[in-house]
Amino acid sequence: MAILPITSVSSATKEMASWRTSKPVIEYSKCTRCEICWKFCPDVAIDLVIDPDLKSPSDRFKTLEAPVIDYNHCKGCGICAAECPFGAIEMVREEV
Amino acid sequence: MTGNEAVAMGVKLSRVKVVAAYPITPQTTIVEKLAEMVANGDLDSKFIEVESEHSAMSSVTASEITGVRSYTASSSHGILYMHEALHWAAGMRVPLVMSVVNRAIGPPWNIWGEQTDTFNQRDTGWMQIYCETNQEAMDSIMLGYKIAENKKILLPVMNMLDAFTLSHTSEPVEIRNEKTAADYLGDLDLDFKLDFNNPASYGSLASPDSPFMEMKRDMRDSMYNAVGTIKNEISSFNELFDADLPGLTENFMMEDADYALVTAGAISSTAKYTVRKMRERGQKVGLIRLYFYRPFPAEEILKAVKGLKALGVVERNLSFGQRGPTFEDVVSSLYGRVNIPIRDYVVGLGGRDVRVKDYEKMFENLIEGNNEIDWINVEVK
Amino acid sequence: MPLSIPREEYMLPGHTACAGCGAALSMRYVLKGMGPKSALAIPACCWSIIPGEFPYTALKIPMLQTPFAAAAAAISGLREGLDAQGKEDYNVLAFAGDGGTADIGLQGLSAAMERGHNVLYVMYDNEAYMNTGIQRSGSTPFGAWTTTTPVGLKRNYKRENKKFVADLMIAQNVPYVATATIAYPEDLSRKVAVAKSIKGPKFIQILSPCPPGWFFNSADTVKISRLAVESKVFPLYESKNGKFALYKPAKTASISDYLSLQGRFGHLREEEVRLIEEAVEKRWSSLLEKEQN
Repeated sequence: MAILPITSVSSATKEMASWRTSKPVIEYSKCTRCEICWKFCPDVAIDLVIDPDLKSPSDRFKTLEAPVIDYNHCKGCGICAAECPFGAIEMVREEV
Repeated sequence: MTGNEAVAMGVKLSRVKVVAAYPITPQTTIVEKLAEMVANGDLDSKFIEVESEHSAMSSVTASEITGVRSYTASSSHGILYMHEALHWAAGMRVPLVMSVVNRAIGPPWNIWGEQTDTFNQRDTGWMQIYCETNQEAMDSIMLGYKIAENKKILLPVMNMLDAFTLSHTSEPVEIRNEKTAADYLGDLDLDFKLDFNNPASYGSLASPDSPFMEMKRDMRDSMYNAVGTIKNEISSFNELFDADLPGLTENFMMEDADYALVTAGAISSTAKYTVRKMRERGQKVGLIRLYFYRPFPAEEILKAVKGLKALGVVERNLSFGQRGPTFEDVVSSLYGRVNIPIRDYVVGLGGRDVRVKDYEKMFENLIEGNNEIDWINVEVK
Repeated sequence: MPLSIPREEYMLPGHTACAGCGAALSMRYVLKGMGPKSALAIPACCWSIIPGEFPYTALKIPMLQTPFAAAAAAISGLREGLDAQGKEDYNVLAFAGDGGTADIGLQGLSAAMERGHNVLYVMYDNEAYMNTGIQRSGSTPFGAWTTTTPVGLKRNYKRENKKFVADLMIAQNVPYVATATIAYPEDLSRKVAVAKSIKGPKFIQILSPCPPGWFFNSADTVKISRLAVESKVFPLYESKNGKFALYKPAKTASISDYLSLQGRFGHLREEEVRLIEEAVEKRWSSLLEKEQN
C-alpha cells in the first residue's frame, strides 16, 4: 500500500493547554446556562453537561446543561469571558 | 481515424465518468469528440467545461478522489499552466490518464509539433508515454488506466501524441472490442476514495518530521518498480486485444547494428524508414524508440546498445544551459556500463520537418565520429 | 436562552488556529449548517494548517486540500464525481480565504459559479493573506496596515477600497449569495441551511476577524465582528434568486468604535476616518437602493 498524504487521527486527541497564558474560570453561581460561551468558543473547548452539583443563581437552572471548560483544548482566547452577559467567567493568569 | 479521434475512442472504451477540459490547439478535437459522445449518449460521463487547464487538472484530481475514473487532455501552454496541479495529482496518488498533444512553446506563438511541453513535466511524478501511431494513441489510454490504477503503482499517466502529424492525420485504427475493454479495466477501485463514514483529510500539512519524505520516496519507488508491471501489462494487452504495443522501448533493426539513434513519438516513423533505406545500402544502423519515457527504460537501453559503435539521441525538445533531457538520461543510464560515444541532436522544434536526409545526416555524423553538429535542419531560409 | 444553532459539532477541538480565531468559528458554524453528508475543499489559506499537522484532522467530514487557485475547480470535480455515482444528496463546499477567493482563485470561482454546479463556496474573509503573515489582498479594506502596505514615510496603508466578492457574485446572477459574520451564529448557520436547500451554485462571504492580523485582543473577535455590522462597515445581506434583502442592525455603532479596537487602523487620522465613513455610507445607500429595486 502506498504511503498516502491522507490523515484521519482526530485532533481532539491532542492537548492544546500549553498555548494558553490565562484560563477562563466559570463562577457557576452567576451562570444562567445561556450557552453563549459555548456558542462562541472557536476551539470547541466548552462542553455542555447536566451536573446538579454545580452552583447556579437559582435551582431552576440546575436542570439545564451547564458549560464546562475543556482545559485540554482551551487556548485561553478569552472570548467566553468577554461575551458572557452575566460576568460569570473570569480569565485567570496561569503560571508555568 | 485521426489521432485525436483515436484518443477519444480510447477514453470511451475506458468508460471514463468525468471529463474536464479546456480547449487548446491541437488538443481541441479530442474534447470536442468527447463532448459529442456525451451529448449523444455514447459516453456516460460528466463533462466539466472548465475555464483553464489548472482548473481542469484540479477538477479531475478531485473527481478521482470521489472514486470515479476521470480524464483530461491538454497541450503546450495548457500543460505548462497546469504544472502545479500535475504535482498535486501525482502527490495525491490519483491514477488519472491525460492526453497531451505535443506542441511547441512560445514565444513566438507556434502551434506545431515539439515535445518540450511534456519534457518540462518529467519531474511531476507522472508516467510518460510517447506514441508513434494513432493505434498506439488509442491503446495507450486503456493501458494507461490499467497501469496507473495498479495498487502497487497509483501514479498518473501522461499519454503523448504529436501535433498534427498524429492528432489531425488519419490512419487505419482497429477499434478495440467494447466488452473486452470493459472487462479489461473494470471500474475504478480506489482504496482511499472519499469515505463519509471515516472522514479523512487529503493533503494536510506535513512537517519535516512527518512522513513527507517517505511519501515522496514511495512515489519514486512506485515509479521505479512499475517497470515490471508495465512489461507484464503490455504483454497481456497485446494478447487480449491482439495488439502490437512495444515494450518500454521498441528496438528497430538493432540486432547487429553498429550505429543507432534514440527517438520518441511520431518522428520515429521517418527514422525507421531511413534505417530501412540505409540497411538496403548495407549500413548497419538501427533505432531505439522510447515508448515510455517515465519510468525511464534504462535497462532496456543498456541491453539494446551492447555492441554499438556509437549512439545518437534525438531530442525534439529543448533545455538550456545543458544537453537535452533524454541525452542526460541515456548517458546516466549507460555510465560506467557501456563505453561508446553518445551524441545529442536537437530536431524538429516548432514543427520543423525532420526529414529522411536529416536522419541520414545524423547517422553519417555518428559513423564519421564528427562531433560538430548538434542542431539539425536549422538554418532560416 | 433557547439554542438556535445545531448542537452537533463537525469541527473538532485540538485544531491549530490562533487563539480567538474568527476563521475557526466560521468553519464551526458552516459545518453545523451543512451536516455530516458533506465534502469540503480547502485551498492554500489559514485552514491549510488549522486542521493540524500530519497525522491529524480537525473535521468530521472528508476534506481535500487543493492548490491555491483551485478550490472552485476542486468542488466542481467533487460534485460531478459524486453525481456520477448517484450521490446527489451529498453536499459539496469550498472553504477559502479572501486571497484564494478575491485574488488568485477569482477566475476559478467565477467559472464554477457560472457553470452552475450544485456547490457552496464559502469565503472566510479575514481581509488579508494571514497565513503568510498579513499581506494585502483585494479584500483588504481601505486604510488598513498590512506588511505589504506598511505605514512608512512615503507610502502608507492600503489606499484602495475593498473588493466585495459577494457583490460580484450577485452581478453574476448566482442563485444564492449572502454575507455573514461570526457574531451572528444563528444568522450564519441559517444562511448555510438556506444555501443547502437550493440546488445550484451558492456563495457566502463571512467576515472572520483575525486577532494577530488586525492587531486586537483575542477576546474581542466576536465584539469586532458585531461592530463591523453595527457600524455598517460589513453589511449583512442575502440575495436569493435575484431578491435582495439588507439587514438593518437595530443597534448602531460608529465607525470609530470599529476602527479604534484594531491596531491595523491605529495610524489613521481623523480626515482619513471620515473618508472611510463616507465610503461606508455610500455603499450602504447603494445597497438600500438595490433592495428597493
